Amino acid sequence: MEKFTGTVWVLGDDIDTDIIIPTEYLALKTVEDMKPYAFSPLRPELAGKIQVGDILVAGKNFGCGSSREQAPEVIKALGIRAVVAKSFARIFFRNAINNGLLLIEQDQLQKAVSEGDTVTVTVNEAISHKGKDYPIVSLPKNLVDIIAAGGLVKAMRRRNGLDKED
Amino acid sequence: MGRTMIEKIIERNTKQAVKPGDIVDVSVDRVMIHDIFIPFVAEKFEEMGFTRLWDPEKVVLIYDHLVPASQVDDTRHFREGNAFVEKYGLTHVHRSDGICHQLMPEAGYVKPGNVVFGTDSHTTTYGCVGAFSSGIGYTEMASILGTGTMWIKVPETIRVTIEGELPANVTSKDIILRLIGDLGADGATYQALEFAGDTVERMTIASRMTMANMAIEAGAKCALFVPDEKTAEYCKIELTEKETSLAADEDASYIRQVVYKAEELLPVLACPSQVDNIKPVKELAGTAIDQVFIGSCTNGRLEDLMAAAQILKGKKVAPFVKLIVTPASRKVYQEAAANGTLSVLAEAGAIITHPGCGLCCGRTGGILTDGERVVATNNRNFLGRMGTSKVEIFLASPKTAAASAVAGRIAQA
Repeated sequence: MEKFTGTVWVLGDDIDTDIIIPTEYLALKTVEDMKPYAFSPLRPELAGKIQVGDILVAGKNFGCGSSREQAPEVIKALGIRAVVAKSFARIFFRNAINNGLLLIEQDQLQKAVSEGDTVTVTVNEAISHKGKDYPIVSLPKNLVDIIAAGGLVKAMRRRNGLDKED
Repeated sequence: MGRTMIEKIIERNTKQAVKPGDIVDVSVDRVMIHDIFIPFVAEKFEEMGFTRLWDPEKVVLIYDHLVPASQVDDTRHFREGNAFVEKYGLTHVHRSDGICHQLMPEAGYVKPGNVVFGTDSHTTTYGCVGAFSSGIGYTEMASILGTGTMWIKVPETIRVTIEGELPANVTSKDIILRLIGDLGADGATYQALEFAGDTVERMTIASRMTMANMAIEAGAKCALFVPDEKTAEYCKIELTEKETSLAADEDASYIRQVVYKAEELLPVLACPSQVDNIKPVKELAGTAIDQVFIGSCTNGRLEDLMAAAQILKGKKVAPFVKLIVTPASRKVYQEAAANGTLSVLAEAGAIITHPGCGLCCGRTGGILTDGERVVATNNRNFLGRMGTSKVEIFLASPKTAAASAVAGRIAQA
């Protein structure tokens, strides 16, 4: 099973999509251009500090609010390897899967970790932190298939005969 | 076993028996794309390798968030949208007619029992006429444009029953705010809301729209009202068994039931910066404000403007307060002009703007700064939504908003 280790950034409950990327930056041409403004209403310094491979840990209802797909895209573009939250809002959840951003539901980790800690994620099994394992549930099959294809765009490219199965 | 409304709509669409938790592919009856996301939808559509739309007749493109452009970058969205229209033969295009969620039901694109997706979270609005409608991202929209289908998980349903007469200063906005407060901002995540009771039956479609619109603020996938005579009149259809049979069965099974007595409901506010931070208006009465916004897909309809005008008639907006009124559509604007509502508002000192999303998403005139407070009739009070992150946004009904504009302070109508 895929396994990775990363440094965590810790956020609270109800991190909405206006916090993740405010509407005023949505007409910027690319997600790369939006990166510096990610999380700016809440923590303007955060985007500049995130390193490739870091992990976001949050409370309940992460990604609530608008349907903007730039929210999961900008998190992925910042190099975040996975978002671990107590729960996710549904449109954000779908958008993240379709863009290949790994989301993990785990309701105990947020209160156990401090910013700067490292955790090790074993996909579909558990997250380890300071010697303790926090179990995680695996995703439904149709979603695993989309992620396995590399996201919805790639799944559709295969459907349309542009790409071959690996 | 009995079925809920959403189960019936999905069964009718997929022609198979379903239960909550099932993952099924639905055939899509209509899609809505707005200006913010059209460039991304177009890009993903072509990247996926599609060369034609599954059905151009079922696709509606609406420019609303960026109309008229306030930044040079905005114009790219119109240019790329127009190119997509030209290339793929879209016929349902609205370039300055108003907000997408107002136009979809108003222009007749949505009927009872339809399955509709839009690139906007407030797509839940069309449940006002008994359609299953939900927001998605642009990648999923691109795949629907090519295939006409989308996977969904059949949701559990929360039934909300409201019985009795609402007090004169309480509107459907106060009901939905109260419900969001009681459920929490994630209280209905992945679930459907089904509204019932004689209070709801007496409501106009406009008032139902306000409630369906904000279902997403409790995390809901959709919100549903049973189609009735008012629905039929609004949708310009005959009311038949096909529509009325969408009502849930008596023995349908719900994950949760919420019941309100209308007489006990109060005017409320969603306080900064969470939609579920609900307090009675009278608890905050007297708090000084800088601006009032009446508009949006939540509360920018004719009855909202008229409710505000009734309170503002013969009065003046407090001298240090700016009152911004944004009709939800051109039709609303014209009707409000024709029946004198706009002149009452203008006389009272309102700034009346062009129809569109306007200040709700913080992209046009009326941006606020640190320490300022706004009473607003839209659906979100998130950090930084109407200016800097230190602006305090209080969500309210048009009646509370108008009373507050006159007082210059939060005030109960």
